[in-house]
Amino acid sequence: MNDFVQSLGYLSFSDGWGLNLLKGLASTLQIALGAFALGLLIGLGGALGKLHGSTPLRWLLEIYTTLIRAVPELVLILLLYYAGTQLINEVLESAGLQPVDISGLVAGIAVLGIVQGAYATEVIRGAMRAVPRGQLEAAAAFGMRPVQVLRRITIPAMVPFALPGLSNLWLIVLKDTALLAVVGFSELALTTRQAAGSTRAYFLFFLVAAGLYLCLTLVSNVFFRHLEKRSRRGQPELV
Amino acid sequence: MRWDWIIEYLPRFFDGLLLTLELLLLSITFGMALAIPIGLVQVTGPRWLAVIARGFCTAIRGTPLLIQLWLLYYGLGSLFPMMPGIRDSFLWPILRDAFPYAVLAFTLSVAGYEGEVMRGAFKGVPKGELEAARAFGMRPFTLLRRIWLPRALQNVLPTLAGEFVLTLKSTPLAATITVFEVYGVGTIVRQETYRVYEPLLFVAAIYICLTGVIVVFFRWLEGRVPRPA
Repeated sequence: MNDFVQSLGYLSFSDGWGLNLLKGLASTLQIALGAFALGLLIGLGGALGKLHGSTPLRWLLEIYTTLIRAVPELVLILLLYYAGTQLINEVLESAGLQPVDISGLVAGIAVLGIVQGAYATEVIRGAMRAVPRGQLEAAAAFGMRPVQVLRRITIPAMVPFALPGLSNLWLIVLKDTALLAVVGFSELALTTRQAAGSTRAYFLFFLVAAGLYLCLTLVSNVFFRHLEKRSRRGQPELV
Repeated sequence: MRWDWIIEYLPRFFDGLLLTLELLLLSITFGMALAIPIGLVQVTGPRWLAVIARGFCTAIRGTPLLIQLWLLYYGLGSLFPMMPGIRDSFLWPILRDAFPYAVLAFTLSVAGYEGEVMRGAFKGVPKGELEAARAFGMRPFTLLRRIWLPRALQNVLPTLAGEFVLTLKSTPLAATITVFEVYGVGTIVRQETYRVYEPLLFVAAIYICLTGVIVVFFRWLEGRVPRPA
């Protein structure tokens, strides 16, 4: 127990690992936010494609969402990370350009975003189908073009239905960033592991990391509860 | 793409597959055994137990499984050798091996996620059915065994199928603490053959098949469970 109290000094900001952990936390947040945003974009496109697209497009999207959801995230991250960077460099080379070194941040966001996109597609598709038909017909009767209907009616009206699913996805991507430690991107999990390895205070550092992730989750919960309440204003209370 | 390595490594993939299944079945069995009381006390009380159960679910669901796994294996595992006499005790072979830590971490994870599911499931059983059972003179445990638990499980069967697929998909994390299940064997093959994609694609295919098995099994199970009209 005394050892444990002594080892708390490792967390110091001046000569300990405190600052590094916070930096790791910052890059975790950066990746999570980026991947969540990318996932939303893919999800919106995917949902529209699944609902209104041509048959081949619908098939492609079905394959995308099914495969992504059946393969472990860790395997997907490795596959997309190596395959993706190699593919981009091959394309650049064949176009006569210099190969680029893709930063871990961009690769992480892209990989997690593609994974999120598959889940977001399903969430948003379900939410879009929950928007009452009459509202869409009314909009069409007003002479709105499809893009206007989407922007003015479908998207605002589906938000309350999509939010519970989307808040779940946000919590998932927040935790999935830890998987990037396996491909060597130094976010919170990898920084923690390095700190734990070099000080041998494994228990302390992993406990602190777990606490930091938990804080992010709890803050997100409060935020999403507030957002959900706001998006439902003017609607009858659910029992 | 080259696939000639596959014959040489097939037996090891088979061992890995067995380890994956072992990990999955053990953690689901123990995890569900914990999830049922965790869900139940949140509905029935007593209050202090409900608060503990709720806190446990929040902590498990709010932190990455990878960190939980490392906390148990590296963290807890590094504390044990410091205890006097533990190296000579009969527990040492268990505490030294990585597999029990993986089972423990996945069990707690299943208990946390499914505890939350079971809470909703217990709550969702109509009150009238429980009152009717009480009126028949069933004691609390009989009521749970005959009415409450079966009705709760019946309602969440489709949810559980999805949850177990998620558990399956998290088993590769065990490879980071030297438990070489299917994904772990895949990483060994990658290191030994220098093939970047083929082993990963093969591993992905195995997981797709396993996911399919879980989905089909639960669809069969759902078909056998009578639905209320």
